[in-house]
Amino acid sequence: MMKRYVVIGNGVAAAGCIEGIRAVDGKGSITVISEESHPVYCRPLISYYLEGKTELGKIGYRENGFYEKNGVKVIYGKKAVKIDADAHTVLTDEGKTIKYDSMCVATGSSPFLPKFEGIESVPKRFSFMTLDDALALDEAVTRESKVLIVGAGLIGLKCAEGLNGRVASITVCDLADRILSSIFDVETAAVMQKHIEKNGISFMLSDTVERFDGGRAYMKSGAIVDFDILVTAVGVRANTSLVSEAGGTVGRGISVEDDMKTSLPDIYAAGDCTEGMDISLGKKRVLALLPNAYMQGKCAGENMAGGSARYSNAIPMNSIGFFGLHAMTAGSYFPDDQECAVYKYGGDGYIKKFFVKNGVLCGYILIGDVDKAGIYTSLIRERTPVDSVDLKLLMEHPTFSAFSQSTRRKNFGGVI
Amino acid sequence: MKRVYVNEEWCLGCHLCEYNCAFANSGESDMVKALKGKKIHPRISVDGNDRINFAVSCRHCEDPICVKSCIAGALHVENGTVKIDKSKCVGCLTCILVCPYGALSVSENGTAQKCELCLENSCGAPACVKGCPNKAIVYEER
Ligand SMILES: Cc1cc2nc3c(=O)[nH]c(=O)nc-3n(C[C@H](O)[C@H](O)[C@H](O)COP(=O)(O)OP(=O)(O)OC[C@H]3O[C@@H](n4cnc5c(N)ncnc54)[C@H](O)[C@@H]3O)c2cc1C
Ligand code: SF4
Ligand code: SF4
Repeated sequence: MMKRYVVIGNGVAAAGCIEGIRAVDGKGSITVISEESHPVYCRPLISYYLEGKTELGKIGYRENGFYEKNGVKVIYGKKAVKIDADAHTVLTDEGKTIKYDSMCVATGSSPFLPKFEGIESVPKRFSFMTLDDALALDEAVTRESKVLIVGAGLIGLKCAEGLNGRVASITVCDLADRILSSIFDVETAAVMQKHIEKNGISFMLSDTVERFDGGRAYMKSGAIVDFDILVTAVGVRANTSLVSEAGGTVGRGISVEDDMKTSLPDIYAAGDCTEGMDISLGKKRVLALLPNAYMQGKCAGENMAGGSARYSNAIPMNSIGFFGLHAMTAGSYFPDDQECAVYKYGGDGYIKKFFVKNGVLCGYILIGDVDKAGIYTSLIRERTPVDSVDLKLLMEHPTFSAFSQSTRRKNFGGVI
Repeated sequence: MKRVYVNEEWCLGCHLCEYNCAFANSGESDMVKALKGKKIHPRISVDGNDRINFAVSCRHCEDPICVKSCIAGALHVENGTVKIDKSKCVGCLTCILVCPYGALSVSENGTAQKCELCLENSCGAPACVKGCPNKAIVYEER
């Protein structure tokens, strides 16, 4: 019998899921329910679009004809509103009931907006999550715009970079004492902050907006910021409600095992809406990153079609650059843990930190020298015992002469 | 499929492969004009120490993590060869973050670059292999 597959959401995790299904099952029907009215696009490129480093014709994640080629029916501009796990059906907001044999929830995340007093009085406010957000912002800014961005995380700062040079001023505030607090420690955050400031962006850290009044923000510190464009990038929340309301297990994200199954029968989940095992932390957590979304989606798709894929070495990993200074981080760091050794290297224009625990590299932070960093990332993902390599040599410089000859033979003399 | 494989015992560490790579991908027909006085950006790099050398380039993995990780959809597999669409690449370097072999690097204009087995340029087969004086890299089926 031909299987009926349904995918909720149409982001990168959904694209991975489609490719995963088709790697195993060329026949079954695939229906995608897509709230956004665009074919799958590269969400991280929305800031590059503002910056003029890419164009609408290039922002697509897959080639034209991707859905046709894979025999996928996409329902654009509609939302899934309810899953009936017993009946194996999903209801859309136009009142249509769709039957599935196997389904993947790939709903991503939504911007989270805490209650700011007076926020309704701000005439021009934006989130920065979707292509439509970017297009609206693109339309709204002028050379005279004074932009206030609330949130110095990845999304807020990428937005700042995208707008820099197109507006009169950009101020970024954050309640945290440092920028990019989820990936940098105090020392490395300061290095990046200085570089971003040199490019004309101002920060107000350990500070947040207490009250908005039109184009004026009254800060907790007492400062007053006048602006005409507000971007809120305080954080995101995984879109879990469809699964939790159907009785599935959710934490901060939809809980998945390493085969991407949720606790509900025949329902899988993938991407930013999930929490899966982070092997560098030893706990489940939301890994809202594109590579993770693709790999989870692909794994889910293969299994939905009867395969036996596992995605069992997920870790956080980020490559993020601002104004030409590149940073990479991966894994987890436990700087206050006695058992976690920290190694630091630094010099002109670069800083590198490595965290070693239980005999394996568990995390790193690199700024300015990111050459061949994948060698480090792989040590974390493969849990390579550090005593099987020349760790000191590696930390100074990523080289395969720090590995055994048999590893080199395998890597450079065989098919991998 | 044919890939570039390393015989590290035979590598002299002469770096000729790097120059041949840079020349092959320069679009120039004269090596001096292509390389003289310029910082070269080869897609193969000689790694090693004072005892052993080996030339590292893309392994054209069967299940390439770079392709799965690219935030711009700029990397793809074509008949087993892992290729990059430089016009889509935004230079985020996520591919460098994930490639376990250190096989990608940054090109002169900030995008990522990688070995495409000289199928994209006029050589048709890896120029690094052709020019290696000691057969320390070979292009064959394994
Ligand atoms: C500005 C920005 C920069 C980023 N930069 C990077 C980066 O440099 N590197 C990196 O690794 N990651 C980056 N990310 C994160 C990356 O974009 C995400 O991890 C990735 O896109 C997640 O893919 P996904 O498919 O899980 O979710 P999404 O891409 O969010 O897709 C989910 C889709 O589901 C739809 N949906 C939700 N609910 C429903 C419903 N009920 N019915 C129908 N459809 C629904 C949503 O509208 C959305 O289109 C960035 C994100 C942003 C916003
Ligand atoms: S660039 Fe790295 S990950 Fe990608 S195919 Fe080549 S060796 Fe494999
Ligand atoms: S640097 Fe280019 S090829 Fe590499 S991940 Fe980023 S966009 Fe893709």
